[in-house]
Amino acid sequence: MSDTLGEGKLAVSPSPEASVTGGDGARKAPSPARRASGPDWRKRFEIALLTGPAIIMFVAFVIFPVVLAAYYGFFKWKGFGPPTEFVGLENYLTIFRDSTFQDALQHNAVIVVLSLVLQGPAAVLLALLLNQKMRGRSLVRVLIFVPYVVSEVIVGTGWSLMLQTNGAVNDLLTKAGLPDWTVDWLSDPNIAIWSLMLIITWKYIGFAVILFLAGLQSIPEELFEAAAIDGATYWQTQRRITLPLLGPTIRIWAFLSMIGALQLFDLVYIIWGQYVAATAGTSTMATYMVVNGRNAGNYGFGNAVAVVLFLISLVIALTYQRFVLKRDTEGALTEGKK
Amino acid sequence: MATTTAPPLSPTTSRLAGTRKRPSLGRASWATYLIAFTLVGICIGPVLYIIIGGFRTNAEITTNPAGWPSTWQFVNYSEVLESSIFWRQVANSVICGVFTTLGVVVLGVAASYVLARYNFSGRGAMYALFAAGLMFPMTVAITPLYIMIRGLGLSDTLAGIILPQIAFALPVTIIILVPFLRAIPKELEEAAAIDGASRLGFFFRMVIPLSIPGVVTVGILAFIASWNSYMLPLFILNNETMYTLPLGVQAFASQYSVDTARVLAFTSLSMIPALVFFSLFERRIVGGLSGAVKG
Repeated sequence: MSDTLGEGKLAVSPSPEASVTGGDGARKAPSPARRASGPDWRKRFEIALLTGPAIIMFVAFVIFPVVLAAYYGFFKWKGFGPPTEFVGLENYLTIFRDSTFQDALQHNAVIVVLSLVLQGPAAVLLALLLNQKMRGRSLVRVLIFVPYVVSEVIVGTGWSLMLQTNGAVNDLLTKAGLPDWTVDWLSDPNIAIWSLMLIITWKYIGFAVILFLAGLQSIPEELFEAAAIDGATYWQTQRRITLPLLGPTIRIWAFLSMIGALQLFDLVYIIWGQYVAATAGTSTMATYMVVNGRNAGNYGFGNAVAVVLFLISLVIALTYQRFVLKRDTEGALTEGKK
Repeated sequence: MATTTAPPLSPTTSRLAGTRKRPSLGRASWATYLIAFTLVGICIGPVLYIIIGGFRTNAEITTNPAGWPSTWQFVNYSEVLESSIFWRQVANSVICGVFTTLGVVVLGVAASYVLARYNFSGRGAMYALFAAGLMFPMTVAITPLYIMIRGLGLSDTLAGIILPQIAFALPVTIIILVPFLRAIPKELEEAAAIDGASRLGFFFRMVIPLSIPGVVTVGILAFIASWNSYMLPLFILNNETMYTLPLGVQAFASQYSVDTARVLAFTSLSMIPALVFFSLFERRIVGGLSGAVKG
């Protein structure tokens, strides 16, 4: 094997990398002209062949719809035939004047903040806890990931049954001797957003814990040994070594969590349906978009909401990336460092 | 780009080399076990409630919502399993899942191979294009996407679900696979070149077999995402015969809202495939996710 490798260093000169880096390229290549154009043309063909389909699909079904939304958003359009009634920014003005949208925007903001505040610290603590030597650790990991794997429809259907006024949760509270704690989990506007946060936390905390556990695994053991030799206590070690080194994972989790919270649709739409969410105080920008756009038959308006949602997500994502993720060279969205 | 030679980051290498068991800090005390046990209970309790609820009668559920089945009823489950609607929805979901997975894997591996192992100007931009896709989940594109799919004449067809799902799964797939494919040793490529393999030949004979573990990860993720997908089918499918399971569960739940036990049975049965797939490939999914997020 080592023999062939030795020869390989010389023999691969037709590949562009080798011909650039290796000084022996000229000797092996048949003619300078072929070396310059032949493989290069072929390389371009291969690049086009292998990436072409993916790029076409991605542009057609991910990028293009957003462009299309930007166009349709300027029309009053019921969705039949080509849009003709150009109304300029009217849809956008309507969106921002609508108090229902402002409510939805506010709910999204609350969900973003509470997701970070409730899930982040809890998930870090749980990950630290589960990172210890214990029996059945891998089984615990699998089981806490189950809510993440179960679909939103199932989560929504199950939890809405349990949180009904005469559902299992209130029944358990009564049986536990806490009948005063029973409330209208889903319909009381002061409580519904907390019920939503309960369900969101339940569904997504396993994902955060698993990520943090993976992050903990990649911290070099030597650091802990050194800290132990220096006489650091458990909590000192966690604060000075574990948390800083877990930083990149936490920051990327926070990014995914924020984007997810801004886009939240399924759970709200399934549990509260299209009309109740707004009165229960759990509507989001996405449910607003679906209810007032597609369901109401106002496709121009729906597209304008899609554009607003897109821009808000984009601004937050870029700001976060610029100021927070920038520190992490291995950030998922930092190009080229993979 | 000078980054071709950059060594792959540690999670990738350790994933390739097999999960390394690391001695960890501290030994668990009884308190740890207690908290872990409580956490597991909270996480799977509601799922068990759904499954066990399907074995109860409606009367029991109404009078005693949080109770245990007094006698285990199998009729709810057997009725769902005998209904043709359920199986048609299973079939639709399977078709969507399988074709989405195939599409994601084929397109994703090909593009990731180029991004991982070819050196060309514009590679950074191409990578950034796909990575940016992570920032735009389907929600922002759904309204225009619906109009586009309808314009293509694909409303009420499974193809109208499959094509966008492939496109939206590509960013995660590529971000997981690029470091994975980059970790294939350069020596292998050189050895293959000596033996007369072209780069495409190397791709088909070496890269594809070697990338199987990474492909399984992204494949499972794509399948579970497709199986659970709700918003896209909600927009694209209006004809009940084309419904996938998530839409089916919701339709069933609203149609039989008084028959809670049967809704619970239907819901339980619809989550089985995702749970089975997940438990079989849990290690790979978790490894893939941490690889994707960490680098």
